[in-house]
Amino acid sequence: MARRIANSPAIGVAETPFSSLAVRGPAWDGRFTVLILFLPPALLLFTLFVVLPIGEAAWYSAFNWNGFGRPTNWIGFDNYRFVLETRAFWLALRNNGLIIAVSLAIQLPLALTLALMLAERFRGSVALRMLFFMPYILAEIATGLIFSFVYDGDYGLVASIWRSFGAEPPHLLASTDTSMLAVLIVIVWKYFGFHMMLFIAALQSLDKSLIEAARIDGATRWQALRHVVIPLLYPTIRLSVFFAIVGSLQLFDLVMPLTRGGPADSSNTMVSFLYNNGISRMRVGYGSAIGVILFAICVTFAFTYKRWFMRDE
Amino acid sequence: MSSAETSRTPVDPAVLFKAVFLAIVAIFVLVPLLATLLGGFKSLGELRVNPFGLPRHWEWQNYSDILFSARYWQLLRNSLIISSLAVVLTLITASMAAFTFAHVKFYGSSMLLSYLMLGLLFPAATAVLPLFIKVRDLGLLDTYFGVALPQVAFSLAMSVLLLRRFFKDIPYELLEAALVDGCSYIKFFRYVTLPLSRPILATVGTITFVNSWNAYLLPLVMLNTDALYPWPLGIMVYQGEYSSEWHLILAFITLTILPTIILFLLAQKHIVAGLTAGAVKG
Repeated sequence: MARRIANSPAIGVAETPFSSLAVRGPAWDGRFTVLILFLPPALLLFTLFVVLPIGEAAWYSAFNWNGFGRPTNWIGFDNYRFVLETRAFWLALRNNGLIIAVSLAIQLPLALTLALMLAERFRGSVALRMLFFMPYILAEIATGLIFSFVYDGDYGLVASIWRSFGAEPPHLLASTDTSMLAVLIVIVWKYFGFHMMLFIAALQSLDKSLIEAARIDGATRWQALRHVVIPLLYPTIRLSVFFAIVGSLQLFDLVMPLTRGGPADSSNTMVSFLYNNGISRMRVGYGSAIGVILFAICVTFAFTYKRWFMRDE
Repeated sequence: MSSAETSRTPVDPAVLFKAVFLAIVAIFVLVPLLATLLGGFKSLGELRVNPFGLPRHWEWQNYSDILFSARYWQLLRNSLIISSLAVVLTLITASMAAFTFAHVKFYGSSMLLSYLMLGLLFPAATAVLPLFIKVRDLGLLDTYFGVALPQVAFSLAMSVLLLRRFFKDIPYELLEAALVDGCSYIKFFRYVTLPLSRPILATVGTITFVNSWNAYLLPLVMLNTDALYPWPLGIMVYQGEYSSEWHLILAFITLTILPTIILFLLAQKHIVAGLTAGAVKG
């Protein structure tokens, strides 16, 4: 059946060779076959596993439901109220804010500085680029486990440094004061290389003559950097910020092996909060409400950011 | 680092600063990785007193025990099956859709494309509970497909975006000429578009593979049977069992990230291009 459909346009076109060129109309047969064969797989998968679940999240969020049977216990907007009344939700939101702040204040300048240093080739520059990019391709789970070793109070690297100074080693991940700080350091470790690569790619496609012109006109290296190179990089900087924010909103895998969001919810992100409170306890309604809130944040952010900062791209 | 060596005396302070800065960052990146690799060669007692240095006594057994265990290979096999499913299904569905959007003019084309692009706006985590219920209702819970199909669905938007941009650069005149000569759209796709698009297919395949290979949340939600676990789930279980026997856990971590690092060294170009691909937005 499928084969017959696939063959028919070829025959049709062969019979009237020029009609397909003369007007686009008669080629409709061929196009129709492509449309009904080529589009449905992607559209179906996308609708079934991406669009419908988001719609259903909105629906389920109005129920108190444990996922078994059909949802019947309608409670309106109460789940949203419960979420907003949970202290852990606001902690998670604050932590996501912290991640974004650290990305902007530390990770981005670090990545940009390294990119400026490594964009020109010298012996070892490619190797260093690859080394700095390497953490990005490691699974977040593996990264989290590696650093839960680094931070381990008995066997870890940090503990060993502390002991060599004769101090009592801290349990960084086990204290509400330091758990988030520890997670933030891992985030910088893992992601700065990605942002560096973005900047290197941008730097390499820059028009070098502009920089040379500035230098010839008497600008110092710093002035040329500050007033020529950085402005030319603004689109990439905006993109890098965009990735940092989107990444923070979906951060989960890294947190689980390190702290599971604890202790006392001190290092939860939005998604680990969703996992700990909705998924692992099968509170479908409550979890869906968190999902919808996260969805609203993502979509609002994406549109505002696009409108405000990426208008020209 | 090497720039300092090649510079002539007297040493330029800018060059010196650069060398020191790069060295510090390199150490920051390398030390945790090396300590993990070497830690796997130590005994637990030595790890405690000597977490940084070379092992005084190389415990090859930590590694060989894992390498000769069925468990390790089963985890890698499961990961490989799920990732391969995700890559193959993504490449097939996304390239067909991208071809249609690039070359076939039809009413509603731009609307359907925008519809697919909605997928760029939010991560899978937002809808993971309804997704779980959907997968359960479809009877796909605890199967490879139950993990791979949602992964494909969530990678479609980016994949179609990248593929369509590439396909569009194939001249329309080529398609018109082929149609005149009696070639069908489908044959053109099969014999012209796909062979010309190997680089972008490799890039999209690589992104999908790395994402699926490293994924944790979806398999965590969709799989219950240990025998089906991909390695990120398996390593978390392993860590749970051997809680503070860090020498074994470190060896296990090293062996599970090894395939990624090997793949990275072999396919650097595609991986860097693929993972920074969103940057060259159209």
